[in-house]
Amino acid sequence: MHKVVIPIGPQHPALKEPESFRVTLQGERIMAFSARLGYNHRGIEKACEERTYTQDVYLAERVCGICSHAHSTCFVQAVEEIAALAVPKRALYIRTLVGELERIHSHLLWLGVAGHEVGFDTLLMYTWRDREIVMDILASLTGNRVNYGINTIGGVRRDITPEQAKYVLAGINKLEERTKYYIQVAKEEVTLIQRLSGVGMLSHEAAIKLGAVGPTARASGVDRDTRRDDPYAAYGELDFKVVTDDHNDVYGRTLVRMGELMESYKMIRQALKKMPDGPITVKAPRKIPAGEAVSRYEAPRGEDVHYVKSNGTERPERVKMRAPTLANMQTVATMLKDRNLADLPIVIAAIDPCFSCTDRLTLVKDLSTRERKVMKWEELHSYSMGWYNAKGIEFSELNKKLKRLMAGRR
Amino acid sequence: MLISIVNILIFPGFLFLAVLGFAAEYIDRKLYARLQNRVGPPWYQPAADFIKLLGKEDIVPEEANPAIFKLMPIFALTATITSISYIPLWGENALFSFNGDLIVVLYLLTLPTITYFLGGWYSTSLFSRIGAVRALTQLFAYEVPFFISILAPAMLANTWSLSEMAAFYADHSWYWLFNILGFAISLVALLGKLEKVPFDIPEAETEIVAGTFTEYSGRLLGLFRLNLDIELVVCSSLLAAVYLPFWLDLPAVTGFLVFLAKVLFIICLLSFLRTLFARLRIDQMVAFCWKVLAPCAFVQFLFDLYAKGFLVKI
Repeated sequence: MHKVVIPIGPQHPALKEPESFRVTLQGERIMAFSARLGYNHRGIEKACEERTYTQDVYLAERVCGICSHAHSTCFVQAVEEIAALAVPKRALYIRTLVGELERIHSHLLWLGVAGHEVGFDTLLMYTWRDREIVMDILASLTGNRVNYGINTIGGVRRDITPEQAKYVLAGINKLEERTKYYIQVAKEEVTLIQRLSGVGMLSHEAAIKLGAVGPTARASGVDRDTRRDDPYAAYGELDFKVVTDDHNDVYGRTLVRMGELMESYKMIRQALKKMPDGPITVKAPRKIPAGEAVSRYEAPRGEDVHYVKSNGTERPERVKMRAPTLANMQTVATMLKDRNLADLPIVIAAIDPCFSCTDRLTLVKDLSTRERKVMKWEELHSYSMGWYNAKGIEFSELNKKLKRLMAGRR
Repeated sequence: MLISIVNILIFPGFLFLAVLGFAAEYIDRKLYARLQNRVGPPWYQPAADFIKLLGKEDIVPEEANPAIFKLMPIFALTATITSISYIPLWGENALFSFNGDLIVVLYLLTLPTITYFLGGWYSTSLFSRIGAVRALTQLFAYEVPFFISILAPAMLANTWSLSEMAAFYADHSWYWLFNILGFAISLVALLGKLEKVPFDIPEAETEIVAGTFTEYSGRLLGLFRLNLDIELVVCSSLLAAVYLPFWLDLPAVTGFLVFLAKVLFIICLLSFLRTLFARLRIDQMVAFCWKVLAPCAFVQFLFDLYAKGFLVKI
């Protein structure tokens, strides 16, 4: 049988974001798999260096549409550490609460996507309907369904009233009931189990060696969770257990995420109960003193890492973000070895990938000479100027206007 | 001559089946949607989809074989529509019948899958080719249990003609109960024939885009879609004729309503089934058909053989 190479992406119904995978098939069997990331490079890190810290909070939030709170909290924590701000307890609890609500909506979304990838659309429709409950809760607490904008340097921007707390609890009770039902479905539905178990095997050793994070690692028995190992926000005061599983496959990852949902409900109840009274924010200086900090956050997809370096001005000198998908991406090739083509969508989906959040650089290769080159900022700037000038678009007037505007604002 | 043309084009041929096919697709989609807690389409949606596709551009891939690419949808539709004339819809008689028409109907209903294979293979796209190979692989898996379980009731009736089968079961009013197992097997096999979940492997959206139909667009895709709708109706009618042969001696209007009720019942069962499951992998599907479905079909066959020897005195 001869081999064929089929392109999955950059545009393909299984992918929600543009990424390119090339799969070499022999019949239906996957012989080789290669991934090419970088289709969604947005230059967020560089953009952060061009903006003030307050603006960066909102920019960081837009790294990811689903774990937006994860990125903004991670960034804010790093800045607060440099500025040595004592964030009020109540603010930490509200951050935890929103973080866990975000985890719930992300995991329910994942369950639906996983169902869709294996052709179980009924599960998709059911979970996404129930996900509306948590979306409504988030909208009522923060004003937005995604990109909540609740974080600010030194605290949070909105308080929680007792009525809102009651509303959250009512919603959580309903969701807990539904989640129990989904756990039952996952444990009893034969075709679902057949499609998930034994698929995408990632041994304990391989998970550690490849540096997997989050539910992907925990489903391979790696007991690792930033919320417990390096507590941030209010997690140090909450009682929860880290869900692990030793199935090592997609089925295990499903069970881990469902277990985490149940833990999240528990944590939200505790957080609402223990939430102290007091202010929700402290005043943060506009100029952050020179220093650097690394901040870790357990996003729904795994450990999110932000590094911020400040130089005493109102803008950071360097911001580095590592989304969890980058850590997990390495595992996919191992998981797909010798598997069926039909397993490809669910194996990729099982790491809960968020490619757009991952892209931090794009390598452009000249296809004729096979040469790569790195472009510095000035080069990129002059290249883009030249490109626009060649099209007859002149920037000198606009540049002057921009400079006047910027001068006026300062 | 005129009557033949009416038979082919209007009743019970193309027009009648097209209307019934759209109605069947609507019921299937609406039920599927309601079971999934969605609103579902309005009643005219299948017809609207078809008309819209008719108005769109036909694109034939450069590499494809244009003749086969364009002919296959028509072949599929012709085969499906022809087969209806041998199936007794209400009453005991089909439009045409001879001893052996059961085999012809089964053969004609196999043709659409072959056309999916050829259409997909000759459109030369990688996704189409994988879908085409899957469609053929699947054909070999579900067709055997389907044939055996449909031939078993025929053997009990001691005829290869669908009309004579209907007459036999009308005379022996409760004998159709012997074939309940066969009915269940045929329903499952039908999910494979109609490419519905859990056997929608040849057009698994998340893996191979639209499988066989990836390169099809416009009128040709519309014809394929129409064929799938009509196939749903024809296969349901076949199952109704073989497994639910009761209340056949009613007057024309009530008889027609009873026929519609039977077809509706089968379509509803198919919709329920496709709501419940996840899509299987092709290897799991083949294993299931040969290891579970085929033995069950043989059990039905042996049962009918015994029943014929001991119970039925012709």
